[in-house]
Parts: sequence; C-alpha cells; structure tokens
Amino acid sequence: MAEATHEEVHRHPAPKGFIRKYIFSLDHKVIGIQYILLALTAVVVGMVMSVLMRMNLSWPGTKWPIMGTLFPTGAPGGVISPEFYLSLVTMHGTLMVFFVLTTAPQGGFGNYFLPIQIGAEDMAFPVLNMLSFWVTFVGFIVLLTAIFAEGNLTVGAWFSKLGTSFAAGSGTVGPIGGWTGYPPLSALGKIAGPGQGAGVNLWIISIAIFCVGSLLGALNFITTLLNMRTRGMSLMRMPLTCWAWFTTAILALLSFPVLLAGGILLLLDRIGGTSFFIPGGLFVSGSLVPLHNGGSPLLWQHLFWFFGHPEVYIAILPGMGATSHVLSTFARKPIFGYRAMVFAIFAIGMLGFFVWGHHMFISGMSPYSAIAFSILTLSIGVPSAIKTFNWLGTLWGAKIRFTTPMLFAIGFVSVFVAGGITGLVLGQTSLDFFFHDTYFVTAHFHLVMGVASIFGMFAATYFWFPKMFGRMMNETLGKLHFWVTFLGVYAIFVPFHAMGMLGMPRRYANFGEYEFLKNSHSLVLFVTVAAIITVGIQFVFYFNLFWSMFWGKKASDNPWEATTLEWTTATPPPHDNFAGVVPTVYRGPYEFAVPGAPRDFVMQTEPEAVEVTAELGDRSGNGGNGHKH
Amino acid sequence: MAATVTNTESVVTAIGVGPRSRGGNGFPKNGGSRDGEDGEPLRFTPARYRIGVWMAIASIVMLFTALTSAYIVRSASGNDWQPIAMPKVLWLSTLLIVISSLTMEVSRRSLKQQRDARYGRWLIITVALGLSFLASQIIAWRQLVRQGLYLASNPYNSFFYLFTAAHGLHLLGGIMALTYLLLRTRQRRSTIDGELRRVGAADSATIYWHFMDVLWVALFFLLFLWK
Repeated sequence: MAEATHEEVHRHPAPKGFIRKYIFSLDHKVIGIQYILLALTAVVVGMVMSVLMRMNLSWPGTKWPIMGTLFPTGAPGGVISPEFYLSLVTMHGTLMVFFVLTTAPQGGFGNYFLPIQIGAEDMAFPVLNMLSFWVTFVGFIVLLTAIFAEGNLTVGAWFSKLGTSFAAGSGTVGPIGGWTGYPPLSALGKIAGPGQGAGVNLWIISIAIFCVGSLLGALNFITTLLNMRTRGMSLMRMPLTCWAWFTTAILALLSFPVLLAGGILLLLDRIGGTSFFIPGGLFVSGSLVPLHNGGSPLLWQHLFWFFGHPEVYIAILPGMGATSHVLSTFARKPIFGYRAMVFAIFAIGMLGFFVWGHHMFISGMSPYSAIAFSILTLSIGVPSAIKTFNWLGTLWGAKIRFTTPMLFAIGFVSVFVAGGITGLVLGQTSLDFFFHDTYFVTAHFHLVMGVASIFGMFAATYFWFPKMFGRMMNETLGKLHFWVTFLGVYAIFVPFHAMGMLGMPRRYANFGEYEFLKNSHSLVLFVTVAAIITVGIQFVFYFNLFWSMFWGKKASDNPWEATTLEWTTATPPPHDNFAGVVPTVYRGPYEFAVPGAPRDFVMQTEPEAVEVTAELGDRSGNGGNGHKH
Repeated sequence: MAATVTNTESVVTAIGVGPRSRGGNGFPKNGGSRDGEDGEPLRFTPARYRIGVWMAIASIVMLFTALTSAYIVRSASGNDWQPIAMPKVLWLSTLLIVISSLTMEVSRRSLKQQRDARYGRWLIITVALGLSFLASQIIAWRQLVRQGLYLASNPYNSFFYLFTAAHGLHLLGGIMALTYLLLRTRQRRSTIDGELRRVGAADSATIYWHFMDVLWVALFFLLFLWK
C-alpha cells in the first residue's frame, strides 16, 4: 500500500518524448515558457504595426514599395490608406492587450513561478493548464487569420464564400473598429465599409477563444494557490508576486465571462440577424440598414468596459507583484508594509470592477452615475499611492544593487506614477469631456498599462532568467536596453500628453488636413523617431535573451541572494520542482538584513534555529513586513 | 485549510486506512503543517476539485449575469420586445432537471456510504434524465420553429434561444463529466490518493450538477415569470 501511495504522490514522472515534453506538456514550467514565447511573437507583430502607424502619421502619403507589394489593396502603390491605418490600430491594440499583456505576466511568469513559490509540484490541474495555453494559441492563430482574410485577396475570396457577413479581402490587416470594437459599425457586416467583414468575425471569435483559455488559466491559478501551498506557507507568507497573480486570476475569472457574453451577442448580431446592439433606423453610407430594430449600442460599451477595466489591472497587477519582489531583493530590505501591499493590491483589483463607467463619460450617461464612477475611479488613487509610497519606503536608505532587473523595477515605479497621475485627470468628468479620444488618453494608458506592465515583465525576465535557463543574461546589454527604453518611452509618451492638450484626436490616419494641428508636426516627427529607436533597442533585448540562453554566464542556484522558494531548488528546476522533496516554510518572503542573522538574507526554508531565534521568534506569522526596521 | 483536513480524514478512515505514517523524506516534523502533525503533507486533497468547480461556477454565474443584464436592458430599450407563450414542454424540462438533481444526490450519498453498485445505478439514471432534459429543450425549440419564431424574429426570441443554448451546452459538459465518472470511477481504488480523487471527482460533479439545476430554474423564472 505504501509503495502504491508513493507512486500516486509523484504522479506524473517527467515525460520522455519530444511532443509530451515540449509541445503538449503538462509541466507548468514548459507551459509558462510557451506563454512567454507566444507573447514574444505577438509583441513583435504589435511593435511592427506601431512603427507602421508612426511612419504613416509622420510622412503621410509616402510610397512604401514593400507595403504596396504585401497589401496591394490596403496600400495601393505603397501608400497606406486610412482604413489600413485603422486596421493597424485595431490589431496593434488587440495583439498587445490580449496576447502580450495578458499572456506573458500571468500565463507566462505566473505559470512558471507561482507553483514553485508556494512549494507545489505543479499546478492544480495540469491538463487544464495545457488546454489553457493551446486554446489561447488557437485564439492567436484565428487573430492572425483575420489579418490574412482581410489583407489577402485569395484568402479573402475563400472566406467570402461563407456568406455576406464573411465578405473579406478588403485590403486592410483585419478589422478596423479598434480593440474596443464599438457597435453599431462593428455589428453590421460589410455594409459598414472595408475591414468590417470576415476580419471582424474572426476577431470576435479569436477574443471569445481567448476568454475561454484565460478562464481555464484563472481557475487553475486560484485553485493552485488555495489548495497547494506547502507546509508552513500561510497566505501572509506568500511572496507579493503570488498575491498579484492570485488577484489577477480573480479579476480574469470574473471579467472574461462578461466579455465572452458580449462577444457572443455581437457575433449573433453579425451572423444571426439579431438586434442586440443595432438600433432601428440606422443610416450607414447613405442607405438605411434593413431588418434591425431596437438594439442598444451602449449595452456593448457597458459589457465591454465591465471587462475592459479589470483587464487593465490584469495587465498591470503581475507587474506590481514582480516589482515589489525585485525591489525588496535588490534593496536588501524587507518590502515596506507587506500587509498594506497585500490589501492595496486586492483593493485595486476589487475597485476595478466598479469603475467601468469612466470609459463612457461622453456616452450621455446620467451625470449622477458619472459622478459616482468618477469618485470610485479617483479612490483607486489611494491604494495606488499606498503601493507607490511603500515602494519608495523600501528603497529609502537601502544599499541598492543596481542590477538590470532592479533598474526595470525602479523604472516601473517611475512610469506607473507618470501614467497613473493622468488617470486622476481623466477620471474627472469635466476634464474627460475635453480629453476624451485625444492623444492624452493614449498617453495615459500606454504609460500606465502598456509600458509599466512591460517594465514589470522586463524586470521579471532579467530576474528569473537565471532560474529558468541556468544562465545569466548579459548585464551590459541589459543596462543599455533599460536606459534606451526608459528614456525612449518618455520621449514617446510625454509629447502625447501635449498633443492631447492641443486636441489631437486618436485613431486619425492623417493630421495634415487640420489647420490647428499643422504646428504640431515636428512633435509627431519627434515621437516617430523616438519610437523607432525604442523599438530598435528591443532587438538588443531579444538578442540578449536568446544568446544568453546558450552562451550566457552559468548561474548558481541563487545568484541574486534572494529568499523565496524558487531559489532553494536546482537551476533549472527539476520536473516536480523540488526533486521529490517537499519544502517547509518557516518565515515570510522578504527577510533581508535580519539583525543577528549570519547573512543579510534568510531563506524562507531556514528554520528558526540557533543564532536568529531571539530576533525572529515573534515574527513567524507575518512576512517580514518592515515594521521592525 | 482546516476544513480540508477534516474531510480527508473522514474518507481515509472510511476506506479503512489508518493515518498516514509515511514520512522519511528527511524533513523535521514541525507544527504549522497544513495536514496536522504528520510529516508528509497531502499532495492531493478533495478540496482541490471542490475549489475548482466553485471557481468554474463563479465564472459561469458571471456569464449568465452579463447575459441577464443584457436581457433586462434590451427589454427596455426598444418597442419590439414581444415575449412568447411558453412552450408547455418546458414544464417537463424543469421537472426532469429537478428530479435529476435529486437522483444525483442519491448517487453521491451511495458513494459516501460505499455502496458502489448503487452509486453507478443512480449515476446512469441521472445521465438519462440529463439527456431527456436536453431532448425536451430541443422539442421546445422545434415547437417554436414550427410557429415561425426564429432566433432573429424578435429580441425576446434571441434571448430565449441564447439562454437555452448556453445552459444546454454547460449541461452537456456536466453530462460528459458524469459519463467520465461512470467510465473511470466506478471501481474502488486501491490507494488513498486514488480513492480521494474518485470521491472528490464525484463530489464536485454533484456540485456542478446542482448548479445546472438551479441555473435552469433561475432562467425559467427570468424568461417566463419575471415581468
């Protein structure tokens, strides 16, 4: 009996075949890397699209021969058409929000490190975990299909055979409705214009598939965290990364179903002839839309933003977790106010469900509900400020080790504050009336949601790379990458604020026609140059990443002298993470500079023995929360 | 975590295996362990399946809440809202699914009492009732189609088809889970871990099945009794 039990406990031995080991793997570490590779692929496509957009804005009407060859209808003669530009906006947003900012932080690093940090051998449901990645991957393929269905005449003709709502081959790179896909135009099909046929259908289907994949992942994360923590790993001894992934999973679990519901309704409007979002008496391109009546376009906005606002926290919270973790490690100090950090991260997550209306201030909602949404929105500033001040408190008086991950973590705090502060501006109805749909909004969400979470992921990559691949990333290239990226993103997005204040609208393909924007062309040009440089330096990161995988300096098991469980195991971790050993946790995650301890850090697995007993006896329950320092 | 431990213990005792004494991984035995004083922490507890299924339920509730709020908003937003007369066969559907919930409970309790043959029998009855429910729903659809009421005929119809289809798909998932139970878990397992999994899977499938029942009754109220 005992022997059989023993086999059940170590229930999945390391797989042998290539396919089970690297493709359809049940190992959370492999799945995490798969998610990261997916994000690394999607982000290149998204970045190329953003450069194309910048080039079109700076030099409108220029002939780009390659574009003419690739997209003969979307860029006739190589000149990017306005519809083509809008489809770039849409696909850039969709790829970045869903397949980069949602996959890498949570599915990637969360998958890899959450089980190890809580001392588990794998996720709770390995098969679901594998499915969640492959479902997400299918969603990605469907989204890429949207590009080809609209952009390629042959593929487009094939889709057009499926019916009028699948009319395709309009020459754009997918749908043109923006990542928010507002109806009624997104619900009408090809009468709404180019890029509104099969591209939109595939886009909705892709998002729906993505929702399912994310839900499977979220369910798995929550169960793993609640059920599989190792001996002694109480909730308040978890690293803040785990709290961030946990909160993110709750947000995903409750918000993605709402987007799924909205997506089903929108798709039915397009291919089932229903009128959920399409009002009656609608004139599009000079003709009356027949057969539809009584729908409410605003209903979509409510459903979308009920998902959409938590989604931005899904993107940023894992970055906050990674930043806290990295700051504490390289400041060699316990994180300041561990409990406050936990409550703040939860408060940000939960408040995120009640503020969706601030995306809709100009939709004609009642001023009273606008005020309620406004107050709730501004109140998110409180937990955000708690986090910011605690990060600063962690750095205060520290002997900081300025490694690349640390630089990116500090950079995270910087861009989070810079981007978050304008949230207080946009959260006020009176100011939002002016700023809505200008570059000011674009500046705000790119800094706080895009750049900040990417900085969190860069910090995580440089920090955990040695554990994942057993080698260090190159520090010189890393620092070069940091400084150019850091200055680059400010050079891009600070001018965006100015453009917004000048009244420059989002999603316009060409500003040349507007007299009041003529003077800002030098600003547009400056941003484009900064963007090209910033995108260019990312290839240094890619080079560093893949070069270091094979030729980087060999890493020890704990190169950063960090305290959490992933640094107690081998590098890279064995299949069941701790080689059959079940770790026991005796203390909080950030015990740096403990008075009386032999070294300046105490691992979570070190028992309260010998020298350190006197100091630590009363602190076992809560993570090194800084109160004593 | 205390709740987990209690449940595990009861099952472990039920299958006649004493407390786990296998230690010897070289760990000091210590307090603060989540599984009591024994050295080896449980790598599987039935709570895992239960938490998983409750999380799935939470997300399904959100899906139907979103659709319900769309239903309420849409019912007030146009002048084309025309509720249909309820197909009488839906009373039968409702009856079938409520009974299936009871049979599922009988099945689960049989397993708890270690009456495995009875467990399997009632599981089969539950699957049959679930399939009859789906058949009854399809009959309702066909009746509506015969009356010329299609998906796009009016917004109420759209929601009716959408709700019944979404619920039916989720119920189909439940039927697949029960079929899995029938195929894979009728045999008693020789190991503690295997037995815990077997009982845990049946427990969580029961929770899901009851949820499907409650969900249908709620939708029934929303579609036909709510004004």
